[in-house]
Amino acid sequence: MGIKWNEILITGDPLIVGSQIAIVMTVIAIVGGLTYFKKWGWLWREWLTTVDHKKIGIMYILSGVLMFFRGGIDGLLMKAQTARPEMNFLDAQHYNEIFTTHGVIMILFMAMPFLIGLMNVVVPLQIGARDVAFPQLNALSFWLFFSGAMLFNISFVVGGSPDAGWTSYFPLAGKEFSPGVGNNYYAIALQIAGLGTLMTGINFIVTILKMRTKGMTLMKMPMFTWTTLITSIIIVAAFPIFTVALALMTFDRLYGTHFFTLSSGGSDMLWANLFWLWGHPEVYIVVLPAFGIFSEVIATFSRKSLYGYKSMVISIVGIALLSMLVWVHHFFTMGAGPAVNSVFSITTMLIAVPTGVKIFNWLFTMRKGRIKFTTAMLWSLGFIPNFVIGGVTGVMLGMAAADYQYHNTLFLVAHFHYVLIPGVVFAVFAGLYYWWPKMFGFMLNEKLGKYHFWLFNIGFNVTFMPMFFLGLQGAVRRAYTYSAESGFAPLFLVSAIGSIILALGFAVFCYNIYWSFRYAKRNVSSDPWDARTLEWATASPVQFYNFAVLPEVKELDAFWHMKKRNSGLVLKEEEIEEIHMPSNSGLPFYMAVVFGITGFFLVFEWHIAAAVAAIGIVIGLIIRSFDYDDGYHVTVQEIKNIESKWRKVEGGVKHHVG
Amino acid sequence: MSANVNTSLPLEYQTEQSRLNILGFWIFLGAEIVLFSTLFAVYGVLGERYAHGPTPNDIFKLKDVMIETLLLLTSSFTCGLAVFEMRRHRLKGLLTWLIVTLLLGFGFLFMEINEFIHYVHEGATMQTSAFLSSFFILLGTHGAHVTFGIFWAVMIIIQLIQRGLTPVTARKTFIISLYWHFLDVVWIFIFTFVYLKGMVG
Repeated sequence: MGIKWNEILITGDPLIVGSQIAIVMTVIAIVGGLTYFKKWGWLWREWLTTVDHKKIGIMYILSGVLMFFRGGIDGLLMKAQTARPEMNFLDAQHYNEIFTTHGVIMILFMAMPFLIGLMNVVVPLQIGARDVAFPQLNALSFWLFFSGAMLFNISFVVGGSPDAGWTSYFPLAGKEFSPGVGNNYYAIALQIAGLGTLMTGINFIVTILKMRTKGMTLMKMPMFTWTTLITSIIIVAAFPIFTVALALMTFDRLYGTHFFTLSSGGSDMLWANLFWLWGHPEVYIVVLPAFGIFSEVIATFSRKSLYGYKSMVISIVGIALLSMLVWVHHFFTMGAGPAVNSVFSITTMLIAVPTGVKIFNWLFTMRKGRIKFTTAMLWSLGFIPNFVIGGVTGVMLGMAAADYQYHNTLFLVAHFHYVLIPGVVFAVFAGLYYWWPKMFGFMLNEKLGKYHFWLFNIGFNVTFMPMFFLGLQGAVRRAYTYSAESGFAPLFLVSAIGSIILALGFAVFCYNIYWSFRYAKRNVSSDPWDARTLEWATASPVQFYNFAVLPEVKELDAFWHMKKRNSGLVLKEEEIEEIHMPSNSGLPFYMAVVFGITGFFLVFEWHIAAAVAAIGIVIGLIIRSFDYDDGYHVTVQEIKNIESKWRKVEGGVKHHVG
Repeated sequence: MSANVNTSLPLEYQTEQSRLNILGFWIFLGAEIVLFSTLFAVYGVLGERYAHGPTPNDIFKLKDVMIETLLLLTSSFTCGLAVFEMRRHRLKGLLTWLIVTLLLGFGFLFMEINEFIHYVHEGATMQTSAFLSSFFILLGTHGAHVTFGIFWAVMIIIQLIQRGLTPVTARKTFIISLYWHFLDVVWIFIFTFVYLKGMVG
């Protein structure tokens, strides 16, 4: 196989050596800690083998926090490098690697797991189900995602990071111009994580279509469930395209085929088309669930039913359809011709219509509402003006003729950060503050939350607003430095200062998690926000079977009306029946390990080793095929015990609306 | 999850979990359609970029392709017979037709691999031109699916022998029959848009 041992570990760069030492220390600390506190068994039984959608959701969210750190550090490094003209903090190659990993990690390993994590925790509860349709597949989804994420993350210390941008355009990303293993990491790690995401999509479509509780018709579903359904459909329609694109990239790089090469008839534009055929829907895959979160939070804290529910549903379906028809707007300047550009320009601008409908619906939901300014609500309020800036600049970019001016400048970078940070990150924070008590049984501190919000919001605007103007002045994206004569220096410096404020905001969030974990009041009621949907009708934190008796739904905002009528809230003991639950399984974790090992060998093009490791995958599939474990039953007595614990404490069940 | 059994339905649909699995598999097939559509689109773009290498007329042999097609189409028919026998609760008939299906599938695979070896000997490898890259990946993906299907079906045959016809084994059999028919449909498109278009068009 010709292994070059001396090229495996990256050496020489002090930043990277520092990271290597930090990683080794952290691993020693974790392993040592788990051994010292005798927590290995607990970790295996409660987390690594769990098929409980709530725990899987929490693991997704924790991964999201971790990846936010990694992607955030990448961002800060870029800001440090461009703070002053002609800095030598990072060289060009290192800068290329960092903007590449920043993009990939923030989209695929930060935004996606945060949102899929919240979907996992909340959606089965909102539809009154005991779990998702395929609990073990759900665990496999998480572990494949995690495996892909870890494989991607080790690239910067083992073998070298990908450096062709998160879009990895050919011919740059091909073997000819990027001979190292970095872009192999991109092709293979994203493939593994993408498999997990596709399975999540299938799982949630079936769950939402088939497992809604009695009486919950489609048009009585909470908005977050609606957005999850539509998102899942987009996942199933778009991710296979990425699967193919990455597979073809792998073949081009590893086996010398000619899909995207310049020679022998390949077409580099084919990559750009395939990438964005997935990539644009991907934007809506992250932003639609976020819209769902805002819908829940705004309705709850305006103390009103969501305004224009039907138009909301029509809008998300419309956005989903249009999301498949706009991909060319990512490369207007690549010479598709005026007719093609015009078509995609129009479809792009059409998306502003359903999005505008949604913005107005949120505003009308708040109108005449008795608004409570909780932290979750602040994030939702902050979202609206910031996102509108992102949306309006998007329409500017969508005008194909004008795009020639904005293309490839920091104006574009500012635009998509104005879409993705308010549209996704604000939503994730809103969702975390909102659902935190449901996940853990205690609230995040509201006062710290407000510091978090203001620092983050101000830091975000100070960082990215100057980039609009830099872009209009001609500062190109992905350039590692600029000259003093360009006149860019003051705005770049402001932007760098903003990024520090932004980072402080995130630090307050992390401190808030720590503080609340240590000191926050336990025994919060099952419904601390006086909310409207079914997830609040059961205990906080939620017992493993979710509902002792599945609730029956008569209208939208079912729980709100149950409280208003004071019906369906008291558990009648004679109605309790045995509950059938799925067993834990170590197989998903095992699959993540063998996929990770196989992927790692493929990255280094050790084909024989990869083939041997792939046998492990086949063995896993065979074990699964012969697995007839049918789960277990929870006895009525056990359910009664668990239920009486949370229902008897003060404020356990609310019988009224505030 | 619950053992909500409805005996008025066909065996494979009787439990709630089976109904979920079958719907889930249909959605998975939806994803597979997107996957193969993308590969067809790639072939559509690159299929005439020969880069001075061989063209379809130089290498394709219609007779071999016809035999492959007949083998696979027949296997889809026998797979249908297998499910028909399953609905009549005849384990023996089910097993017989499943094995016939797999033998036909294996014959198809054997022919296809021979075809590929023949091309490679003629100097038409997937590194030769964009046309051949997209040709080999499209057909290779289909062939890999058939291979996977054969191994998967063997697992299910073993389980049918071990456990007989139960709601669970019936569901598994039904799902692989969906998979097998799907591969047949993909082949019809390959036959039309790759072979016929390549040789006649």
